[in-house]
Amino acid sequence: MNCAEIRKLLHAYADGELDLVRNLEVEQHLKSCAKCAAEKNSIQSLRDALRQNDLAYRAPNALRKEIQKMVRTAREDARPTINPWFWKLLTAGATAFAALVIFLRPAGISGHDQLLNDAVASHVRSLQANHLTDVLSSDQHTVKPWFDGKIDFAPDAKDFAAQNFPLVGGRLDYLDGRTVAALVYKRNKHFINVFVWPEKNAGAGETKNLRGYSIINCDANGMHYCLVSDLNATELNELARLLAP
Amino acid sequence: MPHLDAAYNLARWLAGNDHDAADIVQDASVRAFRFIGNCRGENARAWLLMIVRNTAFTWLKKNRPQAIVSIDDDELAEIEDTNSATNSFRGADKNVLRAALEELPLEFREALVLRELEGFSYKEIAEVADVPVGTVMSRLARARRQLQNHFAQKGNL
Repeated sequence: MNCAEIRKLLHAYADGELDLVRNLEVEQHLKSCAKCAAEKNSIQSLRDALRQNDLAYRAPNALRKEIQKMVRTAREDARPTINPWFWKLLTAGATAFAALVIFLRPAGISGHDQLLNDAVASHVRSLQANHLTDVLSSDQHTVKPWFDGKIDFAPDAKDFAAQNFPLVGGRLDYLDGRTVAALVYKRNKHFINVFVWPEKNAGAGETKNLRGYSIINCDANGMHYCLVSDLNATELNELARLLAP
Repeated sequence: MPHLDAAYNLARWLAGNDHDAADIVQDASVRAFRFIGNCRGENARAWLLMIVRNTAFTWLKKNRPQAIVSIDDDELAEIEDTNSATNSFRGADKNVLRAALEELPLEFREALVLRELEGFSYKEIAEVADVPVGTVMSRLARARRQLQNHFAQKGNL
């Protein structure tokens, strides 16, 4: 690729939005082209300045209260008229039932796909129920011993804050019929659940996208890692490479 | 209400002042609450911000039509290399940055705010602004290019 083509990709590169192949092509070019590398540094420096200067506005308290009040009244108004909600629930129930029937068809879903589905469901649940972590710490000497006695293996709970993946904490989860360790990392505002259990070759090296979530499976040191996040696959892969070099 | 700060942040950057931003968010919340059944639950944050965005643009069209300048989204027309001096934004002054952002065309400002201040992916920005991902990429590139030129000309941060 020449400089003009690289320039078109530089922003997506800086944003971590390129696919792996083009990412590598840009990286390669930057090693040998000082002009493009300088441009990349300028973009990066601008990104850092925008992100680190606390430029975001926060909702004023008065507005927050106003909206809470509005939602409350709207809920109360909706209460006497049960009918539309009843129908909505009924249709939702029918849809759920239909989905269940399709889901449970004998030839439907393989064990592995089931595992990926469960992993995504666990990830989503961990964010919804505000139950992301049981032990909240970026210190691996706090997180690692916390798992002691709770599971029959010791997951490596390394902090990758230096690589922009700070460790937030850990918790226990249940996946594929067994208790697994879930390590929680963060990239900017995205949370990443890393499910860890001792096993090999459960689809290692595979990258998938399920309902908008990226999933990466990898193996290292006799452990299997399943990474799930709404982060893009390229950035998620950076973490995978840190966990399983 | 979850994501209220994100909703307010976007509205504030589009409207340019606190009072109008609060009005827009309130209006958007009413709509969000009414259409909550349409949210497929995949990405509630992007869904809500899409409503805030649409509310803000409708409001601007009505009250400040001069703020809406249609931009040319031709992907090929852009990112010409203006050979700007390599600039570092390290130690950039917050107020200067804020003012420079405010000068950007609405669509560019919106893309940059969602990307850098809210950490949205290209896909999420595309969803909020209802444009293809390629357009998001080009808007971000042109927004950053304008900021780079802005600071290269002023020569100070």
